[in-house]
Amino acid sequence: MLRSAMKATVIVSLKPTVLDPQGMTIHRSLASLGLTNISDVRQGKIFDVSIKDGASRQEVERLAKEVLTNPVIEEYRIIWE
Amino acid sequence: MKFGVVIFPGSNCEHDCYYVVESVIGQPVEFIWHQDTSVKGFDAVILPGGFAYGDYLRTGALAKFSPVMKAIGDFAKQGGLVFGICNGFQILAEAGLLPGALLRNVGLKYVCKFLHLRTETTDTPYSNILKKNQLLRIPVGHGDGNYFADPETLKRIEDNGQVVFRYATASGEITPEANPNGSLHNIAGIVNEQRNVLGMMPHPDRSSESLLGSADGKLIFESMVNALVRAG
Amino acid sequence: MVSEELLTQHNLTESEYQKIVDILKRQPTLTELGIFSVMWSEHCSYKSSRVHLRRLPTRGPAVLQGPGENAGIIDIGDGLAVAFKIESHNHPSFIEPFQGAATGVGGILRDIFTMGARPIAAMNSLRFGPLHKQQNKRILEGVVGGIAFYGNCFGVPTVGGEIYFADCYSQNPLVNAFALGIFEKDKIFYGRAHGVGNPVIYVGAKTGRDGIHGATMASAGFGEDAGAKRPNVQIGDPFMEKLLLEACLEAMQKGLIVGIQDMGAAGLTCSSCEMGARAGTGVELELDDVPQRESEMTAYEIMPNKKKEKEVFDVFHKWGLDVVTVGRVTDDGLLRVRQHGKVVAEIPNGALADDAPLYQRPLLPPKSIISSRLEHYSFLDGCEPAMIESFLSANPDCSRLLKLAVSSPNLACRQWVWEQYDHMVQSNTMVGPGSDAAVVRVKGTKKALAMTLDGPAYRVARHPREGAKLAVAESCRNIVCAGGRPIAATNCLNFGNPEHPEVMWQFSEVVDGMSEACNFFGTPITGGNVSFYNETFGDDIYPTPVLGMVGLIEDLSLVTRSAFQDSGDSIVFVETVNRLVGRIDLEDERAIQNFISSAIRDRLVKSAHDISEGGLAVALAECCYSNFQRGAIGAEVRVPSHLELVKDLFGEFATGVLLSTIHAAELCRRAEQVGLKSYDLGKVGGNRLILNYEGERAVDIAMDELESAWRQGLPKLLS
Repeated sequence: MLRSAMKATVIVSLKPTVLDPQGMTIHRSLASLGLTNISDVRQGKIFDVSIKDGASRQEVERLAKEVLTNPVIEEYRIIWE
Repeated sequence: MKFGVVIFPGSNCEHDCYYVVESVIGQPVEFIWHQDTSVKGFDAVILPGGFAYGDYLRTGALAKFSPVMKAIGDFAKQGGLVFGICNGFQILAEAGLLPGALLRNVGLKYVCKFLHLRTETTDTPYSNILKKNQLLRIPVGHGDGNYFADPETLKRIEDNGQVVFRYATASGEITPEANPNGSLHNIAGIVNEQRNVLGMMPHPDRSSESLLGSADGKLIFESMVNALVRAG
Repeated sequence: MVSEELLTQHNLTESEYQKIVDILKRQPTLTELGIFSVMWSEHCSYKSSRVHLRRLPTRGPAVLQGPGENAGIIDIGDGLAVAFKIESHNHPSFIEPFQGAATGVGGILRDIFTMGARPIAAMNSLRFGPLHKQQNKRILEGVVGGIAFYGNCFGVPTVGGEIYFADCYSQNPLVNAFALGIFEKDKIFYGRAHGVGNPVIYVGAKTGRDGIHGATMASAGFGEDAGAKRPNVQIGDPFMEKLLLEACLEAMQKGLIVGIQDMGAAGLTCSSCEMGARAGTGVELELDDVPQRESEMTAYEIMPNKKKEKEVFDVFHKWGLDVVTVGRVTDDGLLRVRQHGKVVAEIPNGALADDAPLYQRPLLPPKSIISSRLEHYSFLDGCEPAMIESFLSANPDCSRLLKLAVSSPNLACRQWVWEQYDHMVQSNTMVGPGSDAAVVRVKGTKKALAMTLDGPAYRVARHPREGAKLAVAESCRNIVCAGGRPIAATNCLNFGNPEHPEVMWQFSEVVDGMSEACNFFGTPITGGNVSFYNETFGDDIYPTPVLGMVGLIEDLSLVTRSAFQDSGDSIVFVETVNRLVGRIDLEDERAIQNFISSAIRDRLVKSAHDISEGGLAVALAECCYSNFQRGAIGAEVRVPSHLELVKDLFGEFATGVLLSTIHAAELCRRAEQVGLKSYDLGKVGGNRLILNYEGERAVDIAMDELESAWRQGLPKLLS
């Protein structure tokens, strides 16, 4: 049995300079709910990653950088659990 | 002269491209499986439209890891013609063979319709029998066709004349109304710096016979034949 | 004896349970109860409708396969055959519009390609509650999004369909998905478990809880707990299904498979039983070998040839799919299921299918039918009351009425919808959405296929039998106007609760009307689907039969569009002598169809458009709007003076057609010859639509203005 001892969360979002039509649409709809203090919404993706016991964190770094993110438009953060 | 049409899992315009090359412009053509590691023997490679890997993660994001993409990268470096249509364009951009990226349409919806493209340059193997500013009626069908590049990249591809087609009105004007997806500078199709790799969101494969509403797309395929003949 | 609660949970009645005990000659196990529950559900067994469906014509010279298989099949010559069918996914689409509609499309595509045919076209017929209610907007947006999501990714063009709005669908939208596939006539595959000893393999995503009770859900109406049933909705995976399509077709092409059955809503055990029953064999399954996962239940049961098991596995692996052997074909006629080394079910295959309950439910004509107020203007049904008043008030300003009509929910432009559907993939679409019938060419031949969906729900609600005849007649006329010959049809019969005698009466009447008209036009019904229990809080929907008609166009050059083509062409209006509303004279209908057919064949016609909802005036406008081939074009016509302004311009008289031509005199002469009335109304041209009546301009409106009202109608309602 493989045990997954470590978990990480990779958050991928559009770069601040890239237009986010989905986030904008969500933001535009907020006024009708009376949520007038929310000044911006940006939509992103979240990936829950499990890593084998004792494995290097570098693999998660590579996954985030080379697979999950398109560097032309996106950036990522990793949160280790 | 031999054309190849790549099949990724989830491609769905491979037969359309194959049909145009074989039956409309009458050139030899074969399919290339995405697991193949070589594109030897081909003079031009087409990456068809569709939803490679279901468009999961991002459009084109998983397809770029298919073994054939390394061979296609090498082929492009050696000057081979590589033509990405729709999802094929998205894959080429993800793979870094073309600058920029394709974002979700500004309207957030998939959009399928005929529209007009204005020819911006004839100095490519894909537009050499067209006239500058020539209008083509070619349909789009995509949910992520919103062309984006950072300002420097955008300036560079404009300065180099790498923009081949822009979305235009029926009278040839470049206006926001003519833009179906929010692409910067109404960009519909671009080439790389070497000018041998073209990516375009509209579908010439769906508009190469008048019975389908337009035969303008055929001119792009014929330009490729013309370029290959000239190159000997 | 099992508890009442257990039976209710399985949607089985006391007497059905007794029947199970009689068949098994013992008490059923829990697994067996589950199998009977699904197989004897209304959805799978047609227990309320079978006695009536037998009256439909199902045979004809071109029919290769009638009802009973995954889809009907017709011969189109050149060694080619076409498989097509329509199916409902109403209840799941109410619970979760996006996924419900998406998986509905997935289901019908599977029915087509499991027979060996490559799907080349899809259409859909949708019904929603009025859009001035917020919830209905959300359902419409979800359903359209789901259809687009699934069909676009799968790569089948959605070439047409229809959408109507009426109050009765507010809590029960209808989503009927049609698909059509093409293949070589000698390469048809059936869902049959032939060859004792052949392995049964299972391909696809893993079975989970999601789908298991899907079939029983589709057979029960919605009460207040509709929300609680949400887990029953499957999540669609069009990418996986696309891989299955390619893998199945490849394995079939290589002759590696003897039979294949989509598991659909009914699940593994039921599909095994069906395959066994059709072939007269037994099937033994090892449940332990079936992968379990709680996700979509796109799965296939496939019968490979025993010696070619490995090759089959190779094909599916090549396409990145999971494959596992889960059982064998046996010779004892039993469906035997083992789990953890024990037999948990052992049922005679034939009994499950053949001994399914059959109900002759009571029929009773309803005491009241919907009001006749909109008899002439059925398109107003589903409009806001203010709009209806505004139309029915004796205002003779026909320009204003025309603008109102074309922007009304049932007549407004559907581009907002079909622009979201890829209607061009596969590069065969000659006539796409927004026309009378969709037309796709058949590559490698000179032929094209025309197809259309028709479900005049208001008409059927007013008069079920006549409404059903109208549906058949109009769909045939649509095919004929496109240049085709109607060949065969599929039907989706959406009705209320069959335990209501009024609903069963409507059903019976509709079947009789459809049967009469299909016999008359020689267009058998080759399959389809019945959807009962379309009700919420006890209110039944309109009886809503939807007919999917398929026709053949012998030569690509005969393909005819509904829009006017060129400036200067004459506009000819042809109709039957008897002007009927909501009813039809079949002989007259045949006369007009034959007339159109021969006029197209003799190249006398440039465009042909069937006059339908909104009458003559709306039909004229529809011929003028811009399309992907040309900009908007005007027309000036003279309305014959014996006609009455509002009623005859907008009234929905059965059986009229608008033709554009350069041979007006010849067309009129031919029409008179066969006992039809014809009028040379005027000319195509200019940029205004002008209707002159007794020396005055009854309608005079700029096409830009009219088209904008028409195009903005739906987006405005949705914003």
